[in-house]
Amino acid sequence: MLFDAYDPGDFFDELFLGPGQPRPEAELLIKRVNAMSLAELQQRQRAVQNTLFKLGVTFNVYSDNQGTERIFPFDVIPRVVPGHEWEWLEKGLKQRIHALNCFIHDVYNDQKIIRDGVIPRHVVESAPGFLKPCMGLNPPNNIWCHITGTDLVRDKDGRWYVLEDNMRCPSGVSYVLENRRVMKNTFPHLFSAMEIAAVDDYASQLLETLLNLVPEPLIDPRVAVLTPGMYNSAYFEHSFLAQQIGAELVEGRDLVVSDGYLKMRTTKGLERVDVVYRRIDDDFIDPQAFRPDSLLGVPGLMEVYREGRVAIANALGTGVADDKLTYAYVPEMVRYYLDEDQIIPNVPTYLCEDPTQQAHVLDNIDQLVVKATNASGGYGMLVGPHASDEERQDFCDRIRANPRGYIAQPTLCLSRVPTLIDDGFEGCHVDLRPYILYGQDIYVNPGGLTRVALKRGSLVVNSSQGGGSKDTWVVKSINPDAMVQS
Amino acid sequence: MLSRVADSIYWLNRYVERAENVARFVDVNLNLLLDAPPGMEQQWKPLVITTGDQDMFKQRYGEATAENILRFLTFDREYPNSIISCLRSARENARSVREVISSEMWEQVNTFYLTVNEAANVGLLSELHNFFPEVKMASHLFAGVMDATMSHNEGWHFGRLGRLLERADKTARILDVKYYILLPSVTDVGSPLDDLQWIALLKSASAYEMYRKRQYRITPKGVTEFLTLNREFPRSIQFCLLEAEQSLHQISGTPAGTWRTDSDRALGRLRSELDFLTIDEITQQGLHEFLDRLQVRLNEVSEKIFADFFALESV
Repeated sequence: MLFDAYDPGDFFDELFLGPGQPRPEAELLIKRVNAMSLAELQQRQRAVQNTLFKLGVTFNVYSDNQGTERIFPFDVIPRVVPGHEWEWLEKGLKQRIHALNCFIHDVYNDQKIIRDGVIPRHVVESAPGFLKPCMGLNPPNNIWCHITGTDLVRDKDGRWYVLEDNMRCPSGVSYVLENRRVMKNTFPHLFSAMEIAAVDDYASQLLETLLNLVPEPLIDPRVAVLTPGMYNSAYFEHSFLAQQIGAELVEGRDLVVSDGYLKMRTTKGLERVDVVYRRIDDDFIDPQAFRPDSLLGVPGLMEVYREGRVAIANALGTGVADDKLTYAYVPEMVRYYLDEDQIIPNVPTYLCEDPTQQAHVLDNIDQLVVKATNASGGYGMLVGPHASDEERQDFCDRIRANPRGYIAQPTLCLSRVPTLIDDGFEGCHVDLRPYILYGQDIYVNPGGLTRVALKRGSLVVNSSQGGGSKDTWVVKSINPDAMVQS
Repeated sequence: MLSRVADSIYWLNRYVERAENVARFVDVNLNLLLDAPPGMEQQWKPLVITTGDQDMFKQRYGEATAENILRFLTFDREYPNSIISCLRSARENARSVREVISSEMWEQVNTFYLTVNEAANVGLLSELHNFFPEVKMASHLFAGVMDATMSHNEGWHFGRLGRLLERADKTARILDVKYYILLPSVTDVGSPLDDLQWIALLKSASAYEMYRKRQYRITPKGVTEFLTLNREFPRSIQFCLLEAEQSLHQISGTPAGTWRTDSDRALGRLRSELDFLTIDEITQQGLHEFLDRLQVRLNEVSEKIFADFFALESV
């Protein structure tokens, strides 16, 4: 049987309790895969990759038009999350998004949390994502972070942590939807046997979230997805989402500010746009308000936005909560705004700007993961235990030169899922990015994107760094009374 | 609809149609040569002349051998009107409007591109006899999928407009190939060889059977009339203009027979001239001259469509 040789090893394995001993919620899946031959499974894996390529579910590696798209590597063995655990995660994510939204609104308006001394002023105002021009903004219903993809990880003991909040324009949800589509063809019987939570609701929920922002009562409001263009690495997702919600996919050059409104150039002249789901970073969205060299944005958009004549999701300025330094203060935010304890914990974080903590980081750099506070995508980080002496030294110098720019965290031993590599299964490290929408209520799409590090032993799961993805199955718990971490 | 999007759907269709027609007029030549008596000089150069890109060909290849010309027209990635380049452009356009066209259309154009790309990577010219029919079929499939899965809305009309203007232009060029091939052997007119050549020409426009149903005998006049003035056959120039005009009126909202935009007027005028033209008048002015002028007029129509609907003038 296929899984006979698989050893989960000294890790938290998402499918196995021990060798030959599947977790109860994964039992049916393991049984099904064990009944297949290796050739059959490999053939299905190839068929899936082929389908994804033909569907054009690709990301661009660099910009030219000589066929440089690749598919995001996909593994057919899914990750399984038992229902009771998911309920707990869902509650935790809702709490976190709620608190973060309160925080963003507060720092751009009354700044109570600063005045009450809970978060130092300089932490907020030195964050590169903090945008002065957004002071005093009041987006519809005071919602700022409409679409979030929060990165979760599990340590060796199975405890969940929030690794990162992606509050600007998180990508990847299109893979969740398309991966599911091909997995239904790969394991149709399991879908009828296992009660796997459906993910297809996302598009409708996204549309509702965006329509919830329409600035004034309009009979036929126009929603547009703003993309940097077809050479952007996430272009597939932009066009996919626009198609799924029936929105216009626009580029900066299609838009113009005229008569105080945002309009798009059509074959019949200029037409109004009411809601923009932007997939462009804040800095680029209006060359008049932010980066003057941006060719992607729309001159004058900020003014229209400030007047409330167009809604933008996510609101401009949400990046202030995306900073790895403000991340460290989320537990305080939850307590301050909601008077609750944080449900899903943060990864313990050392702030290099604090001299005592910095000393600890410099002394223990071979044990820690160091991250630049305003980078993402797996760039600008050092995995201490895997780095060379020169790399460590380099990061020590960088930390001393710019303490505000770095944080450090203990190296987590990420949980693993068996993954088909060459002629057998290997345990590969994974994280999980669920997608959360904040409209009238907060909605969490069941499951999310499981990213998997396909390089042997690697802990970095980003697509730009050789990562792949898996489908995530939230299944009804076999033992609903099972305890979750407190 | 966004001007940029309309532009892309229009070009997506033009490029797919262009690839199909390059396959058609190379195929007609391959077929003509198969029937040519041994010893007769192979006529490949006319193919390059009809594309209008002979300068580029000369620069890149020099000698007009069969192999060079076939490579130039099918697999040359540097030549923008080769089959592979057309498909690449079609796909790029489709990719930029994926959310507007149906998924099935995207999948078809993507598969089409991947097939041609693989053939181009292998680059076997000896397999072209099978390759050209495949290209034609893939193009038909695309048009059929578009017809059956996309709402017949403004975008669809822009697509159809692009496809039919391209087809009208290319049917004119296919007829022109015959003109060049015939040139050195005027004495052959009416001979069995000549007959075979006209039949091959009709077949390359998928017109042989439909022509037989209407005219029975193969005559140069009959074939020319059928491919230029026939109002029912979907690859004849006049049919293309009639349908293109319908789409243009749907887009601009002007009633047929009137005009509001420059493109309305240019296309309407060309179509109505053909309405009252006879084949005798065409032969009188010379087929080649007629086709040449027609192509210029079609280019003018395209330029006016661009100015009326696609040009993004800054405010």
